[in-house]
Amino acid sequence: MSVDQKMDSGRRQLLVATSAAGGVAAVATAVPFVASLTPSERAKAAGAPVEADISKLAPGEMMTVEWRGKPVWILRRTPEMLASLDKTDAAVSDPESAKEMQPEYAKNKSRSIKPEYLIAVGICTHLGCSPSDKFKVGAESGVGDDWHGGFLCPCHGSKFDLSGRVYKSMPAPDNLEVPPHKYLSDTTILIGDDSKA
Amino acid sequence: MTTKSQQLLNWVDERFPLTSTWKEHLSEYYAPKNFNFWYFFGSLALLVLVIQILTGIFLVMHYKPDASLNTSGIPVAFASVEYIMREVPGGWLIRYLHSTGASAFFVVVYLHMFRGLLYGSYRKPRELIWIFGTLIFLALMAEAFMGYLLPWGQMSFWGAQVIVNLFSAIPVIGPDLSLVIRGDFVVSDATLNRFFSFHVIAVPLVLIGLVLAHIVALHEVGSNNPDGVEIKKKKDANGIPLDGIPFHPYYTVKDIVGVVGFLIFFTAIVFFAPEGGGYFLEYNNFIPADPLKTPPHIAPVWYFTPFYSILRAVTYPLFGIDAKFWGVVAMGAAVVIIAFLPWLDRSPVKSIRYKGGLFKGILAVFVVSFFILGYLGVLPPTPGRTLVAQICSVIYFAFFLAMPWYSKLDKCKPEPDRVTFK
Repeated sequence: MSVDQKMDSGRRQLLVATSAAGGVAAVATAVPFVASLTPSERAKAAGAPVEADISKLAPGEMMTVEWRGKPVWILRRTPEMLASLDKTDAAVSDPESAKEMQPEYAKNKSRSIKPEYLIAVGICTHLGCSPSDKFKVGAESGVGDDWHGGFLCPCHGSKFDLSGRVYKSMPAPDNLEVPPHKYLSDTTILIGDDSKA
Repeated sequence: MTTKSQQLLNWVDERFPLTSTWKEHLSEYYAPKNFNFWYFFGSLALLVLVIQILTGIFLVMHYKPDASLNTSGIPVAFASVEYIMREVPGGWLIRYLHSTGASAFFVVVYLHMFRGLLYGSYRKPRELIWIFGTLIFLALMAEAFMGYLLPWGQMSFWGAQVIVNLFSAIPVIGPDLSLVIRGDFVVSDATLNRFFSFHVIAVPLVLIGLVLAHIVALHEVGSNNPDGVEIKKKKDANGIPLDGIPFHPYYTVKDIVGVVGFLIFFTAIVFFAPEGGGYFLEYNNFIPADPLKTPPHIAPVWYFTPFYSILRAVTYPLFGIDAKFWGVVAMGAAVVIIAFLPWLDRSPVKSIRYKGGLFKGILAVFVVSFFILGYLGVLPPTPGRTLVAQICSVIYFAFFLAMPWYSKLDKCKPEPDRVTFK
């Protein structure tokens, strides 16, 4: 094309419009590809509730069940363990469980339906590691002299008390999550479903 | 016979730029004659890339990206790696070459980058080479991170869990973003398969493309050298730089010596210490992934630890956003800031040989803090260590951000007219 030739603005407009339409089509085509990266129907359906038999759980013992690929802890707390919650009240960042980390029925100091049993998702609210249980108290625990028992996250050192309440100024911002659950009988808990609880 | 082969070559050259490409990039690519030891690492990086691709191709023939449990209750992916190690003939060697190759890649690339830092190889007109290089480094980190998930051991699983959860710290889009990365609500089979796809196809393609761009840009402007002076300024009657020698055969032969030296070290490690004392392959990764139990101490592989330390060093929330978000920002910035070096360095000279004590001193402090950050990254955090990491992180960023000032203040020696060569 020689320099003195005038630009055909009609054709240029057509060119721009075609490119724009092509661009829109390209973006639209990207939609199913991006959508394929989101959890599949099977992954979503995998959240089926699980039953846990707690008849063999002795006081002070904890068991772990898998729900939605995550560890769910069931801790049968002794009276001493429950009493320790009064001592940690002042040290934890959300003692009244004000943040939505539990169903309405667990919004209390013991963060449970029956204070004896703590049911919590064993995933640190910081970066998703699973905290280790440190039930021994005091220096024996290896956590600290004033330790009242609880959980310590091995990854970044977040501490939680025996209700899964996070201590103040820890990397983890929130208390451990309490999953929806209900008692099917005195010895069976259904985790992941709290309808008609 | 000669004429026959010459005829064939002519036939090809009329249809494909074979001879001209050979000349442009090898036999008539004039490189400065004063290259030293530091100039081995570019070609070595290329060698390791080839090793990784070659061994990778063979590993994929036996590896299975499957997180489901086999009849013995072991994840199929984990079992397939053990199968490669124990039952595939030669499999152990191919796997160790690949896993040690990952560490070797970072050793070579870190040294290659440091060479650039020493001799000012990022300065005008080589800014784009440097930017492509930074992108290669980023792609390499992504490649290594995703590859580390594939053996589906405890460190694979929990390392991915922590790093993917970092993205959830980004305000507004974070939780959905980490969901899209994982493809599930937890690190699972979906995550393993997409990381496999990225590790085997997507990222290597990007990596090869970037390496090509890196080399094409280099050959456009010509190589820097330890003196940091442009050889193209002094040319002979034929337009050939006076201090330039053809890359082939001079540097191809020199690089072969480098390759032999490298392979001696590399194979010694592959044969005698493939796990690198727990730094190349972490001990916890010989335990199958258990989504219910985190190992008592998790740490990234050594080449990520300086940046992981920077991530952990940020412990203060800012503007009402969690500290972990700012940690992610700091870690990302620590890599991205490297790309800005060409515009941060205002020194009148390129090479460390003619820079003054100020720059040398600051560079030394920077290197030391980078090593300290790397060391702290493998250790569990304590308040004291966090403080040291914070100081070193500040030094890391200050090295870059204060460079426009101290590189100007520095008392430099005059550059020579031509390269020094004995």
